[in-house]
Amino acid sequence: MKRLLKGGRVVDPSNGIDGVRDVLIDGDRIAAVGRDLPVNGATVVEIPAGFVVCPGFIDMHVHLREPGQEHKETVATGTAAAVAGGFTAVACMPNTSPVNDNANVTAYILARAAEANLARVYPIGAVSRGSKGELLADIAELKDAGCVAITDDGHPVATALLLRRALEYAGMFGMPVIDHCEDPSLKGDAVAHEGYQAAALGLPGMPGACEALGVERGTLLAELTGSHFHVAHMSARASLRTVRKGKEAGVRVTCEVAPHHFTLTDEALASPIPYDTNTKMNPPLREAADRDAMLSGIADGSIDAIATDHAPHHYDEKNVEFDRAPFGIVGLETAVPLALDRLVHAGLIRLPRLVELLSVNPARILRVPGGTLVPGAPADVTILAPDLTVRVEAAALRSRSKNTPFDGWELRGGVAATIVGGRTLFVNAVVEGLKEL
Amino acid sequence: MSAPAETQQRRTDETPAMTALRSKDLLGIAELTTGEIALILDTAEAMKEVGERPIKKVPALRGKTVVNLFFEPSTRTRTSFEIAEKRLSADTLNIAVATSSVVKGETLADTALNLEAMRPDMIVLRHSSSGACHLLSRICRSAIINAGDGMHEHPTQALLDAFTIREHKKRLAGLKVAIIGDLLHSRVLRSNIHLLTKMGSDVWVCGPPTLIPADIGRFGVRATSAVDEAVTDADVIMLLRIQLERMEGAYFPSLREYFNVFGMTEARLRRAKPDVMIMHPGPMNRGVEIASEVADGPYSVILEQVANGVAVRMAVLYLLAGGAEHEAAA
Amino acid sequence: MPVVMDADRIGRTLTRIAHEIVERNRGVEDLALVGVRTRGVPLARRIAKSLREITGHEVPTGALDITLYRDDLMRQSVGPQPLVRRTEIPFSIDDKKILLVDDVLYTGRTTRAALDALIDYGRPRGIQLIVLVDRGHRELPIKADYVGKNLPTSLEESVQVYLQESDGRDEVVLQQPQGGAV
Repeated sequence: MKRLLKGGRVVDPSNGIDGVRDVLIDGDRIAAVGRDLPVNGATVVEIPAGFVVCPGFIDMHVHLREPGQEHKETVATGTAAAVAGGFTAVACMPNTSPVNDNANVTAYILARAAEANLARVYPIGAVSRGSKGELLADIAELKDAGCVAITDDGHPVATALLLRRALEYAGMFGMPVIDHCEDPSLKGDAVAHEGYQAAALGLPGMPGACEALGVERGTLLAELTGSHFHVAHMSARASLRTVRKGKEAGVRVTCEVAPHHFTLTDEALASPIPYDTNTKMNPPLREAADRDAMLSGIADGSIDAIATDHAPHHYDEKNVEFDRAPFGIVGLETAVPLALDRLVHAGLIRLPRLVELLSVNPARILRVPGGTLVPGAPADVTILAPDLTVRVEAAALRSRSKNTPFDGWELRGGVAATIVGGRTLFVNAVVEGLKEL
Repeated sequence: MSAPAETQQRRTDETPAMTALRSKDLLGIAELTTGEIALILDTAEAMKEVGERPIKKVPALRGKTVVNLFFEPSTRTRTSFEIAEKRLSADTLNIAVATSSVVKGETLADTALNLEAMRPDMIVLRHSSSGACHLLSRICRSAIINAGDGMHEHPTQALLDAFTIREHKKRLAGLKVAIIGDLLHSRVLRSNIHLLTKMGSDVWVCGPPTLIPADIGRFGVRATSAVDEAVTDADVIMLLRIQLERMEGAYFPSLREYFNVFGMTEARLRRAKPDVMIMHPGPMNRGVEIASEVADGPYSVILEQVANGVAVRMAVLYLLAGGAEHEAAA
Repeated sequence: MPVVMDADRIGRTLTRIAHEIVERNRGVEDLALVGVRTRGVPLARRIAKSLREITGHEVPTGALDITLYRDDLMRQSVGPQPLVRRTEIPFSIDDKKILLVDDVLYTGRTTRAALDALIDYGRPRGIQLIVLVDRGHRELPIKADYVGKNLPTSLEESVQVYLQESDGRDEVVLQQPQGGAV
């Protein structure tokens, strides 16, 4: 079965394309991209003017919570949220219960993903057994089972030695090591960014240096080992400085930033809802200078990817005192509107750069298919409605958890449709003209 | 805010001018206007007189139920609130953490909802988490009074401090107030900074750099680690408690060294104004943040602070008992 | 707005009341004046002045705030609280004959509150009530011992006393009901 997406603006930086093109999908593959492609019996879908056809977005930092914390999220609900948010694939973190430190857990996650049959799921394995920071996990086994990277996310890799060994060992398989960068002693019992807001609210704070120390450690060890080190959810300006220096020196270091870190600052802790636990995440919302640095890194190319750090938590877990609430917010269904509104419409970047951040680079970093509309590539396509007005409604999110600080926000730009392996898995009910997709 | 007296059609022999706090709760000094602070302090003056009568009780809060919900041990603050409530004829109920169901794993939200179901009028909350009162305020219809939340605020302490200063100095504006001690972990500090800067005092804060909060300058105060500089020409010196366990966080090497560098001694006091007031929110560590000669000396108003605490808390209870919304004139 | 008492009339009335006090109590021994805030206080001071001029004796004078004793205080479910002012009675009222002074006697509820408040300060030998204006409409069994002026009013009207000390002029005004929603 062939389908011809006709007349949309195709943005595919991997092929240097940004213009009106037709995209021919044959089964689960991209068959051709070009001007005025012949119909040849394909079903024609006219893409409405102004809509943008891109290679499918990949969120390389998601917590699907299954196995073990199904009250927060499951593979099925998480991947439903992903396709509704424009993501055709997600990479899921190993801090499940049990930890994804062996092939059984990886296989279980992939089986649930196959059952759900929504967004693609790329498991990320643990660096250490039980993510306890002592013994290396069976990394070759994880790789064979389908893991695309390793991390002890939720916590930093416990010691420099363990990180070094992980880099050396994973390097053998061409897998990146992803680190939640943080110096635990400097973090202490902190629950917020160290600055005026934390001081005024009486919350113990962690400085940006707490993260930057971890980034520095990883960058030095990537240089030492020659392996690929990836900085998870970067938030501090000092971290960005380190990444830039590393890249200039030719070190294999990459980094991602989460939408909340390029959108919000620690002022969100005080207002509009004081001590809103949906503004509590780790790394924390930082001060304006850090947020602005993330924006500049996005604009100048030093930041490689946008990843949500989608961290669902049940309402009851968040409806507690600020210092007792778990860290994290959901992000899959707000990332694209925030990126379009805050980055593209704000004039900071153009669409091709956005597609790099959300599709091309995550695929490259994780070495997974996708990130391109080249003929023969999987037919993973995200269609954007860049001028659609999106009103975020927490209660209406597909994710099982609704812990978002963006409830009620109005943003410009949204997802029109999501196609995974040639199957249309999401069509935004409020857009016109895609009914036959 | 209030309509001119003539237009209110009030019974001329019954109703004095009305004025009120804007919020149903007292969560912190940060939320108060200077007018509201003045109203509380003025009302506290009248309340202080009640405590000087042969019969120290007025019927003002008759029929009102006040719950003192204390998740942290605090003899002083809880007793002060309880006396204040009783002097206003409120029915009081004390719930301390040891006897509460929290030990059974109940959340603060559920505890609050259960209390709320019994329709108290006010809840006085002491809790170790900053922002616990804000959480309660979102859940409860009752008026919430913050009796200290984590490292955030302790508004009635700052109000009683201001009341005590005003009694002695007749003003707050223009006074040099030096606050010395563990600034980082102190809710008393935060409330006092908000109150004193709003009222126009010249506030200095002093402590080891390890115990000074980030970005302290944005609070509108001057920070120093030179205690002599802080004390020089001070009208008021307020000492904050140094907790023993802070040594473990490597905030300073020893209590002895702290006392040598920052402890308030008679020698240091000579740099202050001749009529300086020495204040301490208690409980004191004699020989750590304050020498006994200073604590018991002629400049010390520490026990007056305790006495004034009752009057200030009566004022807060009274003013919040009416609720925040303005009822349409009948 | 009819002026029912002017400055001259108020002055003469208070002097007359002072004479009645001396006559009725056969002197000023053991007497003390307590004015009900707000306008009872300056009235009490003026009466004290007259008593000094008549008898040469100083009658102790205090100020009583009855706010915390009002019977309507906690009856409104929500609403701003009336301002509390300081009570200042710098003498013992035990075994004194207390002259309670207020500007207007209306429902009697203020007087009830004042009696309750006063008794919390001690046990006076007796309490006598002085009012500048009695406008009627009592809701409690209370009667003044000294009345400056009996003023028949309707419930819709209101009586406003202005005094030099607080308002810059001496005047008692009977206000008619105002049009429109109030």
